[in-house]
Amino acid sequence: MSLAGPDNFPATSLADNLDKKLLVILRDGRKLVGILRSFDQFANVVLEQAIERIMVGELYCDLPLGLYIIRGENVVVIGELDLEKEELPPHMVRVMPSEIKRAQKAEKDATELKGTMRKRMEFLDFD
Amino acid sequence: MLLPGFAMLFFSYFKELVGKEVTVELKNDLAITGILHSVDQYLNIKLENTRVVDEAKYPHMLSVKNCFIRGSVVRYVQLPPDGVDVDILHDATRREARGA
Repeated sequence: MSLAGPDNFPATSLADNLDKKLLVILRDGRKLVGILRSFDQFANVVLEQAIERIMVGELYCDLPLGLYIIRGENVVVIGELDLEKEELPPHMVRVMPSEIKRAQKAEKDATELKGTMRKRMEFLDFD
Repeated sequence: MLLPGFAMLFFSYFKELVGKEVTVELKNDLAITGILHSVDQYLNIKLENTRVVDEAKYPHMLSVKNCFIRGSVVRYVQLPPDGVDVDILHDATRREARGA
């Protein structure tokens, strides 16, 4: 089999996005940003200088990850980042990793508490 | 690669919609509206000039103007009203079913 020439790529191929900065959203909700270096027909992708962008409410943090190979089945959306525009709205505040971890935990605890409260109240059968 | 006729049916159908505005709702409830740029055999979709339906909830999508959506994560594709020709699909489906 010969190496795919430009004509062998389907119209949806990510060839146009090579060496560009992309946002990859994964099935578990994680958001990775990195430079696309390779891809295939399954949407397996290689991201260089990858970071994970964690967002909790108005806070966000970019955690450096390095070189990532992402298995295609985990990919939801691959978005081209417009370099002209700000990546995030102006009200978002960048914080340290320790702070975002704390915010993440607080959010998780709040969700869990809501879940248990709801469970306990279920016998009331309110709508 | 050759696909069975039925798989090609919707691929062909979506190819007709290229250039039209569609809204793609994903299994994670994210809904993206944009101009259909291209579609492939897996029903992967590329959208241009995208906007997210609930922008406040997805601030990270603000600067994404073109995107690739993996076919396997799509729940619905909302089509333009004039983009749905049920008769053509109906006929094509019956043709395939007869094995013609």
